[in-house]
Formats: sequence, structure tokens, C-alpha cells
Amino acid sequence: MEKSIKRYFPIFALPTMLAFCIGFVIPFIEGIYLSFCKFTTVLDAKWIGLGNFKNALADPVFAHAFWYTAAFVVVSLIIVNLCALGLALLLVRGFKGTNLYRTVFFMPNLIGGIVLGYVWQLILNGLLLEIDRTLTYSEAYGFWGLMILICWQQIGYMMIIYIAGLQTIPGEIIESAEMDGATKWQVLKGIKIPMIMPSITICTFLTVTNSFKLFDQNLSLTAGEPAKMSEMLALNIYNTFYGRVGWEGVGQAKAVIFFILVVGIALIQLKLTKSKEVQQ
Amino acid sequence: MKAKKKTDSLLSLAFAILSVVYVMPIVVVVINSFKKKSFISLKPFAFPDAKSFAGLENYVRGVEKIEFFKYFGYSVIITITSVVLILICCSMCAWFITRVKSRVSKLMYYLCVFSMVVPFQMVMFTLSKTADMLKLNSPWTICIIYLGFGAGLAVFMFCGFVKNIPIEIEEAAMIDGCSPLQTFFKVVLPIMKPTYITVGILETMWIWNDYLLPYLVLDLKKYKTIPIVIQYLRGGYGRVDMGAIMACLVLAIIPIIVFYISCQKYIIKGVVDGAVKG
Repeated sequence: MEKSIKRYFPIFALPTMLAFCIGFVIPFIEGIYLSFCKFTTVLDAKWIGLGNFKNALADPVFAHAFWYTAAFVVVSLIIVNLCALGLALLLVRGFKGTNLYRTVFFMPNLIGGIVLGYVWQLILNGLLLEIDRTLTYSEAYGFWGLMILICWQQIGYMMIIYIAGLQTIPGEIIESAEMDGATKWQVLKGIKIPMIMPSITICTFLTVTNSFKLFDQNLSLTAGEPAKMSEMLALNIYNTFYGRVGWEGVGQAKAVIFFILVVGIALIQLKLTKSKEVQQ
Repeated sequence: MKAKKKTDSLLSLAFAILSVVYVMPIVVVVINSFKKKSFISLKPFAFPDAKSFAGLENYVRGVEKIEFFKYFGYSVIITITSVVLILICCSMCAWFITRVKSRVSKLMYYLCVFSMVVPFQMVMFTLSKTADMLKLNSPWTICIIYLGFGAGLAVFMFCGFVKNIPIEIEEAAMIDGCSPLQTFFKVVLPIMKPTYITVGILETMWIWNDYLLPYLVLDLKKYKTIPIVIQYLRGGYGRVDMGAIMACLVLAIIPIIVFYISCQKYIIKGVVDGAVKG
């Protein structure tokens, strides 16, 4: 059977592989190469070694964007997951209207980042009007504005995954623990959390990578204002590429650093939560 | 038992209030879309009164100003062609690389997994230049780029499913005289239907809302998508027309909510399945 399928390689696998090369493999390799070059288009690239990386690391705005993003990732990781887990724990009790609430909380997730950004710009600027400020008053306003937006968008999504995890726990285990006199907190800490560790792995992974790669919402809500102080890494890279002539190489170097950071954090995070999964 | 009932009804009430708060932002945008533009920034939370009510004025102006329906059409074309192409090509490819054990298959699989973590910024410049060079910058050809960049997730998810299909079914079909193509379309495809729905929904959500990829790849003088148009309206020169923006935001949100309500069951299931496998 394998042999007869193999003859059909051009029909089955070739189209996807070609598109994959055009859409990913070639741009990726070229991107790594270009990060060591000075260029304005792909064709006039000149090898300059590590110069771009030096420029990128010496750029104070890039460093600011890094710490801003890192703080955002940590805070959003905690808030989104605590709220999502809390809502999920309450919703699996199954009171009246559970399905409706689940539907409502999930909905913002389907709306795209650009649209969401402008929706919240109106709301938050409207609220801040009361104290005569706007979202772009200082970087803290942009930070917490974006945080509210992200919570609103992602809590529902993570909640759905937690609910799915909680529903796989057999009821008898919890019942027998309660018979033995375990308190609610003990049940949560000793049974529910360890049993949904796979969901926690997924949700923390998704929140970390989503926040780290955040672009659309950042662009539409504050566009990095005031003076690039609310600019996150992805937007900073974009602005380096397309906002500063002659800095394309530095932009590409930043992108490579960004890529290494994302992969590194994803791996560390998966390893941390996975190790907890085995222990249960 | 009684205590549980009481907390449950309290919880239900609390959640009802929370739900109202949750949909508030969208309601506020809808309300504002019926106000005259000068009133929007000043009093965003007030209901329109006789003085500020604008009727459908904002909608008419917004739709005309940015040719909303033309670009809505492009968004639809791009999303449908890309999702269909991704579903067909990636499922075929996934079946091939799971059934044919070779070094190329293995390499392809690991490359796909790898591509899922690579941030778009890493390839955005070179990808847009490659697309330009190959003249893939129209709504009818951008699906090839989407197939390439979206292949990672789709192939990975289809592979996860194909591994669980007992190979005996396919062998039986082949012995009965089916060619590999017939086996795939008549036997494998119907079994994989749930995965098609899951992947289809994930890719639709991504492509419909995507901003940066079409912004960099498409020939913007001729073609735009909904997110690009909204960004243009806001970021463009001159005075920002808040009324038109509100109207266009509402028009952009409506199809998503209709889509969500009509296939809610599949969407939530698709997200859970997608997350568990990814």
C-alpha cells in the first residue's frame, strides 16, 4: 500500500510542500541570512556580520519594548488564567443559564484585533474623559488599557478550555474526597488542579505566546503612543522595518532575537508545566 | 441541598450582571453608530437624543467613504479560497506523510510543528518580497501564501487525526481496487469530517481577522480587507470621522456574530479540540 501511495506524491504532498516553501521555509532562511546584512530590498543585501545585532541591542526603544512586553506577559498570564479558571469552576456547577453565559464570554474572541482595539479605544477614552486624560496620556494608561482589552478577549477562550478539562474529572473522586471530609479548598488544590494540569499547560502556553506576539491590538489601541512608550516588541520590529529607512537590517536582527525569545520561552514554559503533569 | 440552590441562584444573578457588562462595549459602539459624529467623542455613553440622533447617516457615509462592500467581498473571497485550499491540500499532505514513512515525511512533519512557534515578524519582510516577486499579491492568489504560512497548524492537526484511523480500512479499500485518490476521497475524507470542521473554523477565525499579512502582501492600491480598511479609516490623514468608524465597526462585527451564533456548537468544540491537540 505504501508504495502505491508513494507514486502519488506530486498530487498529495507536492502542492502543500511547495506553498510551505514559498510561505515559510524560504522567507525564514532568507530572514536569518538578511539579519547579517545591510539592505533596503532583498537584492541589494551586503554582508556586515553582527552589526545589526549590535545596533538592535543598543537601541533603547527596543530594550524598553522588551521590558514592557515582559511585564505585560507576566501580568496577563496571571490575570487571564486566574479569572478564566475561576469562571470555569463556577460554570461547571451547572446552574441556570450556564450555556448562555459561556456563549457570551467566548464571543469577543472571534472579533479581530484591529476592530477590538477601536472598540476599546472609544470605551476607555470615554471613561478617562471623566478625569481629563486619554489612553495615550502615559505608558501606564496604555498598558492597563491593553490589559483590559486582552482580558476581555481571552478569558472566554481559556475558560472554554478549562471547562473541557474540568468536565473530564470523574465525579466519584470528588464525592469520595468530600465524604472523607476534605474541604472545598483541599478538593481544588489536591484533586481538581492536578487533574486539569494538561489544560493549564495549554492555557498558560497560549496566553504567554499570544501576549508576547501581540500586534494588532497594540497598533489599533495606542499605536505605541506616547512617543513609542507603549510599543510592544512586535510593533517595535514592524516600526523599525517600515518606519526608518536604512534600518531594515536592524529590524530583521530584532526579528531574529524576537524569534529566539519566543521559542525559548515556549520551550521553558512547556517543560515547567509538563513536569508537573507527570508528578500527579 | 437548599443552601446549594440559594448560592446557585445568587451565582446566576451575578453571572447575568457580568454578562451584561461583558457585552457593554459592543452595545456602546452600536449606540454611538447612530449619533452625529461630533457627539461621539464628547459623550460616548449617552443615548442619542433628538439633537444628536443621526439615523443611518453614519452608515451611508461610512460605506461610501471606504467602499465597504467591495472590500467586504475581497475579505470573503480571500477567506473562502484560503480555507478551502488549506483544508484540501493539508489533509492530503497529512495523510501522505503519515502513511508513507520516509525521511522527507518526517522532515516535513517537524518543520510544520516548528513553523507554528515562529512569530510572523520573523518572516514578514522576506515573505512580502517573495509574494511580490511571484505576483501573488491579488485576493485570488494570496491563498497560496496562506496555504504556505498556515500549513503548519493544519498539517499537524490532520496528522494527529490520521494516526488514529485504523489502516485496515484503507487497505481493504485498496484491495477492492480503489486508487489512492479514490481511497482518500471516498474513505478517509468522510471519516475525517470532524477534523475538517475544527481546522476550518480555526483557519477562518485567523484569516478573516488577519491584518498584517494581507496588509504587506496585497497590492493595496487595488485590494484591501476589512481590518485594513478600518485601520485606514482611523489612521488616515485629515480629521477622523468617528461616526463612519462606529458604523464600520458595527458592520464588521455583525457578520462575525451571525457566524458565531449559527455555528456556535462547532466553534466551541473546534476551539477545544484544536487547543487539546495543539
